[in-house]
Amino acid sequence: MFDLCNSYEQDKLIMNELIDFIRQPWPWYVAGPLIGLTVPALLILGNKSFGISSSLRHTCAACFPADIPFFKYNWKKEMWNMFFVLGILIGGFIAAMFLSNPEQIRIAESTQADLAALGITDYSSLLPSQIFTWDNLFTGKGLVFFVIGGFMVGFGTRYAGGCTSGHAIMGISNLQWPSLLATIFFMIGGIVSTHFLLPVIFDLFF
Amino acid sequence: MEKFLDKDIEVKVDKPEECEAPNNQETSERFIGLIKYLVVGILFGIVFVKAEIISWFRIQEMFRFQSFFMYGVIGSAIIVGIISIQLIKRLDIKTLKGEKIKIANKEFRKGQILGGFIFGLGWAITGACPGPLFAQIGSGFTVVVVTLLSAILGTWVYGKFSDKLPK
Repeated sequence: MFDLCNSYEQDKLIMNELIDFIRQPWPWYVAGPLIGLTVPALLILGNKSFGISSSLRHTCAACFPADIPFFKYNWKKEMWNMFFVLGILIGGFIAAMFLSNPEQIRIAESTQADLAALGITDYSSLLPSQIFTWDNLFTGKGLVFFVIGGFMVGFGTRYAGGCTSGHAIMGISNLQWPSLLATIFFMIGGIVSTHFLLPVIFDLFF
Repeated sequence: MEKFLDKDIEVKVDKPEECEAPNNQETSERFIGLIKYLVVGILFGIVFVKAEIISWFRIQEMFRFQSFFMYGVIGSAIIVGIISIQLIKRLDIKTLKGEKIKIANKEFRKGQILGGFIFGLGWAITGACPGPLFAQIGSGFTVVVVTLLSAILGTWVYGKFSDKLPK
């Protein structure tokens, strides 16, 4: 009887440790390979090539095709992609509701110093609360960070024919040099934006 | 016959713009069949949030070269992807339905440079590529719905003017 109790206690301890382990931020060497495994998973499950930005195009094709040739294709055949991105949204909800890390996000000190110089100091959530709130929607911040930023993501990924998933992961995994080229220009754009656009944006709106 | 086999191995997409993440399965799937992609998406979304890949801060670290984290994530994902695709090709691994696995080649277009650059500008501002946008919304940053709608608008505007842009 006593033994049984003891093993129950032990089980509880192990369970708690496991939950603690899941709740803490996962290291890159766990997350990266899991993301990489999405490539063979989708191929083996149903001959699907990994790519996320295509879902934005399917949305256009399904909802506002407006007789544009680019949106005239059999989007119904690509419904799997919509299920996939809906899953990502639900996964985000599950992780945030049940598996979230109670502590502040810890980032490199040098980045913290750079961001402090721009006026970003709140690390209580994964996205800076000084930007990503509804209160900012109809302000200069909202215009730049949501409307213009989002537009560039949508326009740019489609013009490039893919995003980080379709080009950087799926394309390079399949040894496609145009995907490597696209990825290099994603990075160049990001670096230019970080070092030249963000300082101006923060100067104007913070 | 030989020609037929060749065709099977590499899918040449007539119009490279047709669909970049295509469904190459020959048999169609019903609603229930599509649930498996929802499940893969859910697992994927959990990884995105748990590894803090959806964080605007992590993207800033990356573009400032101040942390190895995102390079580790993307780099190890690519390594696993390369190994997986090589195994699929060399061992001729089939889909669950027994079909040959097909992966379309990406063809060079100027858009990979111009569009890629524009996407990069937006990526550093929003702190999200399209995948994390969905995970950010799910994890409670509901205002990102506006970013997503704007990204859909950007996609639409590209579609509208695609034939007038440098190819």
